[in-house]
Amino acid sequence: MPIFTLAWKSLLNRRFTATVTIISIALSVTLLLGVERIRKETRTSFVNTISGTDLIIGARSGPVQLLLYSVFHIGNATNNISWKSYEEIINHPSIAWSVPISLGDSHRGFRVIGTTTEYFQRYHFSGGQSLELIEGKPFSDLYDTVLGAEVAEKLGYKLGDKIIIAHGAADVSFARHDDKPFQVAGILKRTGTPVDQAVHVSLEAIEAIHVDWKSGAPIPGISISAEQTRKMALQPEVITAALIGLKSKIATFKVQRSVNDYRKEPLTAILPGVALSELWQLIGVAEKALLVISAFVVVVGLFGMLTALLTSLNERRREMAILRSIGARPGHIFVLIIGEAGFITLLGVGVGFTLLYLLLLVAQPIIETQIGIHIAIGAPSSYELGLLGAVILAGFLAGIVPGYRAYKQSLADGLSVHL
Amino acid sequence: MVVDVTNGYAVTLQQLEFSWHQQAPTILSLEMLNVAAGEQVFIEGPSGSGKSTLLSLLAGVTTPQRGRVEVLGREISQLSAVQRDHFRAHHIGYIFQQFNLIPYLSMVENVTLPCRFSPQRRNRALENAATVEEEALRLLSHLDMADDKMLARPVTSLSVGQQQRVAAARALMGSPELLIADEPTSALDSSRREGFIKLLFEECKQTGSTLLFVSHDASLKHLFSRTIHLADINAAAQVEEE
Repeated sequence: MPIFTLAWKSLLNRRFTATVTIISIALSVTLLLGVERIRKETRTSFVNTISGTDLIIGARSGPVQLLLYSVFHIGNATNNISWKSYEEIINHPSIAWSVPISLGDSHRGFRVIGTTTEYFQRYHFSGGQSLELIEGKPFSDLYDTVLGAEVAEKLGYKLGDKIIIAHGAADVSFARHDDKPFQVAGILKRTGTPVDQAVHVSLEAIEAIHVDWKSGAPIPGISISAEQTRKMALQPEVITAALIGLKSKIATFKVQRSVNDYRKEPLTAILPGVALSELWQLIGVAEKALLVISAFVVVVGLFGMLTALLTSLNERRREMAILRSIGARPGHIFVLIIGEAGFITLLGVGVGFTLLYLLLLVAQPIIETQIGIHIAIGAPSSYELGLLGAVILAGFLAGIVPGYRAYKQSLADGLSVHL
Repeated sequence: MVVDVTNGYAVTLQQLEFSWHQQAPTILSLEMLNVAAGEQVFIEGPSGSGKSTLLSLLAGVTTPQRGRVEVLGREISQLSAVQRDHFRAHHIGYIFQQFNLIPYLSMVENVTLPCRFSPQRRNRALENAATVEEEALRLLSHLDMADDKMLARPVTSLSVGQQQRVAAARALMGSPELLIADEPTSALDSSRREGFIKLLFEECKQTGSTLLFVSHDASLKHLFSRTIHLADINAAAQVEEE
């Protein structure tokens, strides 16, 4: 269609305004796709974080909260589970395995997880992958630690390095267990889950560093050295949560009920998948709001284009009259303007799309280290392509407004232009 | 669309009445106007004489309330709007007073523009040259505009006289049977007006086109074989006596 060539050349002629309009549409498209991409990838990342675990048990609390602190290391436990209750519960005949988790300490901003070596076999992610050590081995000595990939990389730790664990989440000098340094025994392969951000030690070690502590502070006048603790019976008294695997999925609700009805201590058992979907329901509202806002930003971008095209029409009446004198029909004028709107939108979408991928490339490592969420950079999903299609369609539709105006104008003006 | 000029007239107007709408006063009322094919006619039209209206009718942009507008043997007042647009594309070259060129197209692109809207004119252009661009260059060189340096310049940087010559080349592209020039020389220096008109004459002779040259500049009419005073033949003319 020759008229589209004209539309393109006309756009090149007004390349400054056109570029500004294209950029505003591009940014809005980047925002729209970015929100959608992060929404989707966050979900995938969350879903990928834990698999193979049938139940998680912890102190009585909301399912979402329990899931967040036990698996995602977000927020804190309301209470602990006594070791006695834990042992009683896992005696249930349907339970195949269980891994206790003890939280509460940290190392330079990274959470410390007290657990058993079974954790490294039982914890699965991304649909069944198990944890792998790229260096060293799981803890064998009391003061051994296994680091997540991100911890080792960011802090530059190698096997054999000594690290000090701080009490609580804050790293302040008066709350350090600096009398009992740990030695790096192993480093885990990167998983793209919160495991990368964790420092793993044995449950006994958690007990050992707290033997001379009470109520979150060292007991004055009492100091038990690291060597002395080795000779002590380090039976943990409490844990924070436990991951449970069942012999058969059929028993899931039975076991869950037995935990929830446990009389000696208020406990909660959750199904990770169910808790996740509750989390989505919670976040879904905010996500929808974000998506609606970014869709509105696209609409604003298209209105910018509308304004630019409409204001250009008056100064282009001469051009329209010339085209009419050569034999262009008013319909040609309509198509010319729609074509310009279409080109602007297509370019805007193209640039926005490219910008999104550039931003993802830059942001991917930052998001992964800061938030622990792995954003995969893959081909656009059909939903995203649908969004892009909708933007392009909206752009063409928006072009109808100035297009129709130019059509009416050229019908009225004919060959005469009274400037 | 086949055009035959059997009666020998390029333009025939009969009992023409035109007003912008039903209640509006009549602004053009013509008993009869004939222009022979191949003729070069000067239409003297001071403002208010109905000149713009006449040109719109001839170009097929508007239609009269009453009467016949016959162009090249075809009663265009009976055609639909789309058919009239096609008719104009195929058979009429039009030159405005000034600002004739599409600013975002090159000189050659401006000249070949009619071929984008009319395959007929494209085919006729290709009878003279291998490509439409070549034909454009041929026409431009006749009008002294085919200099390489000039061709590379944006059309907006051309002088008014140069722009009018490019407009003439465009109007002549594909040899349309009828050339309508609406005060094409009014923006030119008086010393250049005659030169421009003579160029138009030459080109029209070569292609056999009929030329309707509208102007209120009476000093040019001696160049033409015939002059029509629009104010005299338009019964509805609103010309103030000087």
